[in-house]
Amino acid sequence: MPVISASQIKPEYDVIVVGSGAAGGQSAYTLTMEGVKVLMLEAGRSYEPVTETPMFKVGSSAPLRGASTTDKPFGFYDSTVDGGWTVPGEPYVRASAGRENQFKWWRPRMMGGRTNHWGRLSFRNGPYDFKPRSRDGLGFDWPIDYDDLAPYYDRVEQLIGVYGNNDGMENTPDSPPGVLLPPPAPRVGERLVQQRAQKIGVPIVAAHRAVLTQRQDAENIPAKLHPNNPKAQRILRESMQSRAACFWATPCGRGCSIKATYQSTTVHLPPALATGNLDIVPNAMAREVTTDSNGKATGVIFIDKTTGDEVQARGRAVVLAAGAAETVRIMLNSRSVVFPDGIANSTGLVGKYLMDTVGAKLGGQIPLLENLPPLNEDGAGGAHVYAPWWLYQQQLAGKLNFARGYHIEFNTARGQPKLDVGAGLEPLNGGGTWGRKFKDDVRRYHGSFISFSGRGEMIPNEGTFCELDPVVKDKWGIPVLRFHWQWSDHELNQVVHMQQTFKQLIEACGGKVWGEQPAAHGRDAIHPGGDIIHEVGGAIMGSTRRKSVVDAWSRTWDVPNLYLTDGAPFVSNADKNPTLSLMALAWRASDHLIGELSRGNI
Amino acid sequence: MNTSIPSSDRLDRRTALKWMATAAASAALLPRSRAQPAPEPGVSVVTAPMGDGYGTDPDLLRDYAPGDLWPLTFNDHQRRTAAVLCGLIIPADNRSPSAADLKVHDFIDEWISSPYPAQAGDRALILQGLEQLDGLAQKRYGSPFADLRINAQATLCDKLAKMEEMDAATESALSASDREFRQLQRAFRRFRDLTAGGFFTTPEGLKDIGYLGNVPLAAFPAPPADLLKRLGLPVE
Repeated sequence: MPVISASQIKPEYDVIVVGSGAAGGQSAYTLTMEGVKVLMLEAGRSYEPVTETPMFKVGSSAPLRGASTTDKPFGFYDSTVDGGWTVPGEPYVRASAGRENQFKWWRPRMMGGRTNHWGRLSFRNGPYDFKPRSRDGLGFDWPIDYDDLAPYYDRVEQLIGVYGNNDGMENTPDSPPGVLLPPPAPRVGERLVQQRAQKIGVPIVAAHRAVLTQRQDAENIPAKLHPNNPKAQRILRESMQSRAACFWATPCGRGCSIKATYQSTTVHLPPALATGNLDIVPNAMAREVTTDSNGKATGVIFIDKTTGDEVQARGRAVVLAAGAAETVRIMLNSRSVVFPDGIANSTGLVGKYLMDTVGAKLGGQIPLLENLPPLNEDGAGGAHVYAPWWLYQQQLAGKLNFARGYHIEFNTARGQPKLDVGAGLEPLNGGGTWGRKFKDDVRRYHGSFISFSGRGEMIPNEGTFCELDPVVKDKWGIPVLRFHWQWSDHELNQVVHMQQTFKQLIEACGGKVWGEQPAAHGRDAIHPGGDIIHEVGGAIMGSTRRKSVVDAWSRTWDVPNLYLTDGAPFVSNADKNPTLSLMALAWRASDHLIGELSRGNI
Repeated sequence: MNTSIPSSDRLDRRTALKWMATAAASAALLPRSRAQPAPEPGVSVVTAPMGDGYGTDPDLLRDYAPGDLWPLTFNDHQRRTAAVLCGLIIPADNRSPSAADLKVHDFIDEWISSPYPAQAGDRALILQGLEQLDGLAQKRYGSPFADLRINAQATLCDKLAKMEEMDAATESALSASDREFRQLQRAFRRFRDLTAGGFFTTPEGLKDIGYLGNVPLAAFPAPPADLLKRLGLPVE
């Protein structure tokens, strides 16, 4: 089994990949399928979804009925182990106590990273999203455009399996025919919102999520993804045949033992391992990229967490895919004579222009949805529909007081009751009941609540960045990050607009805002930085080496054999969740790296 | 080639001790140091809390019962009172047993005994609430709550269940005994929330509320046409 211990690594590899999530998984997959010898380093433990996923457990089997705790921030059965908002022995630093200056850093610390518990929403960035500065004068343009990445979106969607429709929406690209899997039928509450949203001009269409609504076409997809490579085709065919279609039960955040959802640990890593070209060392905390006297990367020094030893892994090239901020941290800690301020940081831009997704929410109670007959609404374990951003033209015409868009996700919550199922009913039942009346009240109102969440674009700014803290180190003596965070009026005005839209949607469904009311000022509605766990940027891509850290191939300008394939090179962070784009970019970067290796340039 | 250096030789102990001390003070300011520039005001270190809970990598596949992971709190009398309350708040009917039948009071004990900060406030609220409830029962009827006749218990529940909306200024102007009664109402409300949550997350509770999921299906069907019609939604 090629999941090995640090003492078993080979003297030399073609490529060292740091990280095993969406970016590391995709990089290792693409490289090893083409015969490249890869060593992957993962800071957390090994993890096997097929045997470890608590698929059908109900709340009463868990401590505290599965409620979230500091050990398991997304609840007991969330698939994340050993990671979270805090990690024992691994502190980080906030530069300011200001309420609007907070950044929360989610670190998964497990094989497969965040892909085990993620929401599986998989949206393509559109043509506008690659040229935002050309459109509104803010932020930066990418050096690539949509057409450069479109073929890689096609490939990733076919590899991982994504459901959705081609709705022809503005700046929300369709996929080629036959690429997407059919979306699941909308639930009752989703249909109600869809119908009523028309009144206020909000389009509700099928969501795109990485869940197999049917078995993948294992006969034809492998040849499309790996032409002229029979071995890769065979391995992928077997991998696809091992994945079952969704059986419409159990929350995706727990992970999926039948491999119906995309997780790096079920989709990327098994075929990569099957090539025989991949070794993975878990519990390997990467500290720095090593370089030779010419400034070329020679490998990675990591701490073997099982022994505390420091180990040097050597490779012809290095791919950092540790998660944007962790990648920045490794780069800043890779100091040498050639790179006194950190590897590939001759511009001083490493750590700059960090971004998250803008988030705000609002809940509503809808009388029409009370006392519905029993109905299994588990579905695909997440959204079946959503609203893509719909006001591009109004925004372009200057009619809105924020420059970038947001999409709407919502949950009609007729799922498995959680601990809060009977809480807070007092405004509905005359101030509070008990006994038979209360028992009936809980039954009546369960399923009548809708929660709306906005996911919007944050524009990169000078005040949002990370750097090494001059004092604090982690338990292995590695300097930690200090985060600076700032919102601009674009984000703060955007969340006000989100909440007003949600209020309109709730009222259009005949309901009332439930709980917190819409805020007058964005600072009272916006989630803290990092809270949406879409941290990207920090080593942005560009067309000139003076103004960016990586080139259009995700390769650092300063070090030709160092590639960044996680969110770090993101130049902008469109409202579309970053994972699909990040995988498409990782595939494209890995193709480029294969070319460089085979041409002998590296 | 592996070059192995024991990490302890490389660890900057002074620094490590520093952030550990900071952790103990829970995100306090970094201590000042001559060797390092003094951090700006407002800088804080985010560290993991020291936990006595189930840890960051618990076994997700086994079934847990209250008391398995940390010691419970209720003494016999408290447990009996909590059970009576659970039975009153969610009684048995033709669809399901009572919350007391399903031992939801043991879950509430687990909850208030939890080592995690999110539950810490509920511990004091509920333990004090049980005491106040007995105090009230004694004063009115001369017996602890659990020993009262059902009619007396119901009278007290009626008084406790309906909590008047009140702003902070009005509340602070209340007499001490009224404030204490309001505190008891607050405890009752929290106890009720936990009873409902504890009850409807059991297999019996899931069935009661009409939750039909958590079973594998060959296909996910569209909602029934008659339901869609009833709600005025288009039928495909």
